[in-house]
Amino acid sequence: MRTLFDHVSRDAADGVFPVCDVPSRKADDVLGAGLVRAQAPRIPNLSEGDVARHYTQLSKLNYGVDDGIYPLGSCTMKYNPKLNEDVARLPGFANVHPRADEALVQGSLGLLYDLSQLLRGISGLAAVTLQPVAGAHGELAGMFLFKRYFEERGETGRTRVLLPDSAHGTNPASAAVAGFSVTEIRSNDRGTVDLDALRTELDSTVAGIMLTVPNTLGIFEESILEVTRAVHDAGGLCYFDGANLNSFVGRARPGDMGADIFHFNLHKTLSTPHGGGGPGAGAVAVSRPLVEYLPVPWIEKTGSGYRLDWDHPKSIGSVHAFYGNFLVAVRAYAYLLQLGDSGLRAVSENAVLNANYLQERLKTTYPLPYDRLCKHEFVLSGEGLPNGVSTLDVAKRLIDYGVHPPTVYFPLIVHEALMIEPTETEGRESLDRFAEIMEAIAKEAREHPELLHDAPVNAPVRRLDQTHAARHPVLSYPFDKGESAAA
Amino acid sequence: MAYPTAFRYTKEHEWVQIEGKRARVGITDHAQAELGDVVFVELPSMGTVVKKGGHLGTVESVKAVSDLFAPVSGKVVAINGDLETSPETVNQSPHADGWIVVLEISDPSEANDLLDAAAYEAFLA
Amino acid sequence: MRYLPNADADRRHMLRAIGRASVDELFSDIPRDVLAAYRPLDLASRSELEVLDELTRYAETNEAAKRVSLLGGGIYDHYVPRLVGHILGRSEFYTAYTPYQPEISQGTLTAMFEFQTLICELTGMEIANASMYDGATALAEAVLMADRIRKRRRVAVAGNVLPQFRRVLDTYAWAAGIELLDVPFASSGRCAWDRAPNDISALVIQSPNAFGVIESLDGLKKQLGDALLIVATYPLALGLLAPPGAFGADVVVGEGQCLGLPMGFGGPLLGIFATRMEFLRQLPGRVAGRTVDADGKVGYTMAAQTREQHIRRERATSNICTNSALCALAATVYLASIGADGLRHVAELNLAKAHYLADQVTRLRGFALAFDGPFFNEFVLRPTEAAGVVRRRLADAGFLVEDSAELEELGVKNGLRIAVTERRSKAELDCAVAALGGKR
Repeated sequence: MRTLFDHVSRDAADGVFPVCDVPSRKADDVLGAGLVRAQAPRIPNLSEGDVARHYTQLSKLNYGVDDGIYPLGSCTMKYNPKLNEDVARLPGFANVHPRADEALVQGSLGLLYDLSQLLRGISGLAAVTLQPVAGAHGELAGMFLFKRYFEERGETGRTRVLLPDSAHGTNPASAAVAGFSVTEIRSNDRGTVDLDALRTELDSTVAGIMLTVPNTLGIFEESILEVTRAVHDAGGLCYFDGANLNSFVGRARPGDMGADIFHFNLHKTLSTPHGGGGPGAGAVAVSRPLVEYLPVPWIEKTGSGYRLDWDHPKSIGSVHAFYGNFLVAVRAYAYLLQLGDSGLRAVSENAVLNANYLQERLKTTYPLPYDRLCKHEFVLSGEGLPNGVSTLDVAKRLIDYGVHPPTVYFPLIVHEALMIEPTETEGRESLDRFAEIMEAIAKEAREHPELLHDAPVNAPVRRLDQTHAARHPVLSYPFDKGESAAA
Repeated sequence: MAYPTAFRYTKEHEWVQIEGKRARVGITDHAQAELGDVVFVELPSMGTVVKKGGHLGTVESVKAVSDLFAPVSGKVVAINGDLETSPETVNQSPHADGWIVVLEISDPSEANDLLDAAAYEAFLA
Repeated sequence: MRYLPNADADRRHMLRAIGRASVDELFSDIPRDVLAAYRPLDLASRSELEVLDELTRYAETNEAAKRVSLLGGGIYDHYVPRLVGHILGRSEFYTAYTPYQPEISQGTLTAMFEFQTLICELTGMEIANASMYDGATALAEAVLMADRIRKRRRVAVAGNVLPQFRRVLDTYAWAAGIELLDVPFASSGRCAWDRAPNDISALVIQSPNAFGVIESLDGLKKQLGDALLIVATYPLALGLLAPPGAFGADVVVGEGQCLGLPMGFGGPLLGIFATRMEFLRQLPGRVAGRTVDADGKVGYTMAAQTREQHIRRERATSNICTNSALCALAATVYLASIGADGLRHVAELNLAKAHYLADQVTRLRGFALAFDGPFFNEFVLRPTEAAGVVRRRLADAGFLVEDSAELEELGVKNGLRIAVTERRSKAELDCAVAALGGKR
């Protein structure tokens, strides 16, 4: 792949910025030579056309939701409406400095307030902060809230967080960053929390539990009320990871299930784009007893408008430089307004119907370890595929068919996992086509396994050598070696 | 690959070669095969004193991390520095050149708890 | 609903195929009490046109977008070349996920690799990650990393670090049980790091700092012994300023908004994080690396993933997953668009214009600079009049200037922090001088 640094620098690329209209100053004179850069950074000077072509060509090596189905389990790769992109670019939103006077940013403050009220309604909880900027950031804010809550109550012995073995890796990592230790709770043979195993662990050293609802197998915890009651009875708190809200939005609320803290992924449920790995947004809703610990500043409505309120001495403090990912919030708000309550119901209806339809069709071709009603996603296994074919081979072969593979090798409790989430923005035709491809690949695994072992062949590159990348890390451009140097 | 009968083994898939007061430690052929291509070995510092079952280091493949536990209590008296540049040796020669550390044993009686080759192979089966 | 392609007939067909009589059956695993407790939002669905109009009304209420900005403090009104928006608008970039399938993510991965290289070039460091949420969380992660390496549970922090960085650091350090020790600043506005405490894992310093003053880092690394030197920086200024790596920095973090991002009311932002190769195993966040494919062709993939949460779980170097990938792409296209020459030019414009304004203002009676240390594009004025009165005159003339509250938090009385970017014309600056002087 040709990089920016492989282009030949031209004489003068400048012209973006004007000629200086005030007396120009020599940096050496103003600052003293010791503070001034001795060598220019190695960035080529190129024409705008060169740069436009370089990045347009790079873009064509990517696969996005606009290219086709993107059934990446737990990631909710739904369509990203174009209106959202356009409103986020309105100058009145984009060109606002976060330190401008409150009176001059009433539109931004009002939008954040109105969005937080809608999210509060969706969660069924007491209050919402929009400060966290990603799902894992919301989890971390949630763990900070756990910590502050027990500190304030003098229960500093509560140092353990319980997690089901199906949890996403960010859950244990977030608990650890906040200073908690992690205890895993095994799942039962129905794929849900083993209540007996949970009760054995519940004691005065437990701060609470982190649950993904529905869980990463796409299964709703039928005994969710028993689980949350048991944790509460033991004096603990219940954190719900909202990555999978798409499966019940508009018809059930975490607050009614016993959640104390719930995080939204606006980039999943509310259609804001993933951007190749962010920026996202991870709003957090909390129950009444936790409200006073929410991050500052809060956005409050007064008789005359909206204001930032810093005066909450029991708050955990701030988790972001300013007020979270405002321009992501704008997109999510635009989406919510279009949907309305009936649209939210339609989201969960179609997400769950699509997943069950695809599950029913594919379970005759690939093993389905937990064969039951699923929610928005389900997990197949590539175990037992013939001729040494692995789940990774299936994933790479899907690429040859022009389809993005599902999430693979997660959750860890299913061997050779293929985690499939179609989302509500796929229609029946798209699902049928995906199923046909999956069936064709299973047939190839029996009859022409080399097609899978060698895949992909219809992609910008063949299978990449991850081992080489890990053993001999080359993490920036090797200026002394150049374009072709692999390591 | 055969499991040398002169070695002792743990259920964490490590082998131990005891010679007098010294115990040479590595991961078994089974362990390296399960991990896949080893890309990094985190070695302990020389002189580190560890209790049996304590953390000695990690062995990493592209997508997995495996802890190395002390099979017996002791002090680290040698480390296989070649693994820093050639971690693949753990795959190529797990029971010989791919050794990881040598411990000076502090309690020889702990060696009695280790498995012999037959018991380890039975454990794998 | 126009985003949902299934027609009623599709849904009936699909329900039959899965042997369910109704949609309600699909939700029969949710406890009945929970379903019964649901309260609908009072929210009707709306058309695209109605929503566009409504959102436009919110945007137009933001008067701040129509004024001339002299605001700074980590976020600046810089110009973004048009190309950046056009590339970011390509849906192959913005509708893609994290590049877990590298063969169909070479666009994102190549750009990540370019971004890492650019950050190394700017900061003078050996490795950089693919981004953090913002500069403030990048700093907090740097402190956690330094303490994982040195384990002293104490970190010294310059007293003139931007408050929004310090607030986030306070939260993370509290939870991690790391004590933060303040280091005072001198009358130059610079950190008096010769008074930093001993027995620390790291020292945090910001340059330019909260007063816009460029710190003197020469000799600091030597004084610290084996404690890590963490420098928070302003990447655009590094078009002109010596990179922190040249002073022996161990970790360089910063807010990358200045590199092609809109101010966006403070988000999304771009956290940059760079360090030495020897700390790769302790680095938080994603990183792209170069490798080869099955045919020996060069390609890119995520590297050193065993540090990350999806593999190491509670022992990961950070919990970060989603970061600011698209913002990092913006910074990459920004720097590619302007090149090394353009970067130097824009940095020089900032320097010249800020110094022009400072020179003009300090010629007026009753105005002085609060600090005599060197500055880049931002400085603190200390008027003899009440700062609020002076600020009111600027506001009446159409300028945005922050109040003195934040400076007071830092222990500076009656100050006005002024930032000047390349966007400010001489005419605007002259107008600001006139307003400050009380002339119309």
